[in-house]
Amino acid sequence: MTMRSLTAPDTETLVTGVPAAKKRRHLRRAAESYGFLAPTLILLFVLMIVPIVMVISYSFQDRAIMGSSTDLVGFDNYVAILTDPGFWKATGNTLIFTVTSVAAHLVLGLTFAMLLNSPLISAVPRAIFRAIYVLPWLFTAAVIAVLWRMLLAPNGIINFLLDSNIEWLASPQLALGTVTFINIWAGYPFFMVSLLAGLQGIPQDLNEAARVDGASSVQRFWNVTIPQLRPIIISLLLLDLIWTSQQFALIWMTTGGGPIDVTEVLSTYTYKLAFANYDFAQAATSAVLVLLMSMVLAVFYVRHQKARD
Amino acid sequence: MSISTKSRTRSDAALIAGPRPRPGTRAKKRTRLARAGVIIGLLLGAVFAAAPVLWMLSSSFKSNREIFELPPRLITESFSFDAYAAILTNPETVRFFINSYVVAGAVTILTLLVAIQAAYAFSRFEFRGKRVLNVVIVSVQAVPPITLLIPYFGLMVGFGLYNTYAGLILTYMVFTLPYAIIMMTGYLNTLPRELDEAVRMDGAGSFTALWRVLVPIAVPGIVSVGIYTFMIAWNEYLFALTLTRTTDMRTVPIGIQLLMGQHSYEWNQIMAMSILGSIPVLILFLVLQRYFISGLTAGSVKS
Repeated sequence: MTMRSLTAPDTETLVTGVPAAKKRRHLRRAAESYGFLAPTLILLFVLMIVPIVMVISYSFQDRAIMGSSTDLVGFDNYVAILTDPGFWKATGNTLIFTVTSVAAHLVLGLTFAMLLNSPLISAVPRAIFRAIYVLPWLFTAAVIAVLWRMLLAPNGIINFLLDSNIEWLASPQLALGTVTFINIWAGYPFFMVSLLAGLQGIPQDLNEAARVDGASSVQRFWNVTIPQLRPIIISLLLLDLIWTSQQFALIWMTTGGGPIDVTEVLSTYTYKLAFANYDFAQAATSAVLVLLMSMVLAVFYVRHQKARD
Repeated sequence: MSISTKSRTRSDAALIAGPRPRPGTRAKKRTRLARAGVIIGLLLGAVFAAAPVLWMLSSSFKSNREIFELPPRLITESFSFDAYAAILTNPETVRFFINSYVVAGAVTILTLLVAIQAAYAFSRFEFRGKRVLNVVIVSVQAVPPITLLIPYFGLMVGFGLYNTYAGLILTYMVFTLPYAIIMMTGYLNTLPRELDEAVRMDGAGSFTALWRVLVPIAVPGIVSVGIYTFMIAWNEYLFALTLTRTTDMRTVPIGIQLLMGQHSYEWNQIMAMSILGSIPVLILFLVLQRYFISGLTAGSVKS
């Protein structure tokens, strides 16, 4: 990460005794660095540490935020949430929505990246197609939601093209698949852009050597391209799992978790507990459980990044 | 995907140009087939990516009656900018844009001020707890927004920041700052240390070395971090929905939703507002695409 600066002695010399002037300079350097970090540390404390402590404490209270007197109730809220079928339904939906989206993001992103990286097309069409493929990424979830609500309306263009009259977002059988599809459309460019950068970083001679050895293009894909992209792919998968499992806006603005609870995910389930039922204690409990799940993924991500550095 | 042609003698020029088949009809035919396959794939992908966006654009120029007319047409005889005019002359929707610019602009400036200083410490200093803080900053990005939403609601109501710009601006810092610090540190690491060391040797303080010497050189990096920050703040939905209450404090994403709830679905206006609400991000991205993508992949794929 960083080189030791010329002026700062390492800790060993500190322990073994150093001239006072040098020691003073070292202390000043340390003080300075904390000065530069102070705004960040204060913000992280106020915006991250305090809220996490708060949400955990809410989850052990009886009437968080709303009540004038709050009693500690131990793990009652956790028992209530973990025995609520709605919570498990939302967990299952989150899992289906996330795993399907992430897998499709990878397949589509890699396919488009390979097409754009093909030596058979020249630079100008490549630039044009890349700009077109990035488009869905540049719209915010609210815009994507209203756009697809229009496209998927019973009398909308998609039903016209299919010569059908399907209520895509209101059908109990199709709603979850439909919001997942919309999320796939919205999310693949992040993979595509990152994988394209990765593909362009693969040394040409690796492919060439494989070709000379008589490997077919399929063999080269599995034995050269994929192993070379592996670290990037793992990073992207972990990041996307974290983000997609936390998706709220897209689902909230297309189905609101409905019909009934068909597209309810953990974020919409938690939101409704707080801002529809005003049961902040139970909402906080659900939020803590969601935090724990995310932290598991975060640990894998941090460890993977460390291994790559 | 290219199809291999198993030719064993290839010049360097051929390497750069990609696989070139041996003169021979079969190999030629295969390459032509492969190219046709790639082009068909690219065109299918382009339809998938761009057709919905094209339809959004086309609908914003139609009269509301024509949007669900059958058979659908891309351009109709009543082509007009009426929907845009309706959005831009309505004080309520204009206010959404003003709010979004104020919030996203303030978040960008504050994030840059804080992130540049933190990145300087990470890039140029050794201090206790550096590794731990680095892990914390990376992990913060994985904390679910929904987890923070409930205590933030309590905090904002408690401190009188509910339904204010300040409340939203402060909230968005938690999402923009970690990434901005990581990106900015990466950028400062690419600048030679001698630059600021030299100034400090002349007796200037670190603060001067940073703001007088390093920051002017780091402008490209600062711009790309600024764009990223602006985009996050401009697009945020969940906290804007929950931490504001009155229509005059709503931002563009919530405004789009309110537009859907009003009237009997003025689809052309909803699409016009969506286009207008996406223009800042589209412009920022297109102008600095190359720069932004390299910064983004550096930040997200390698911390």
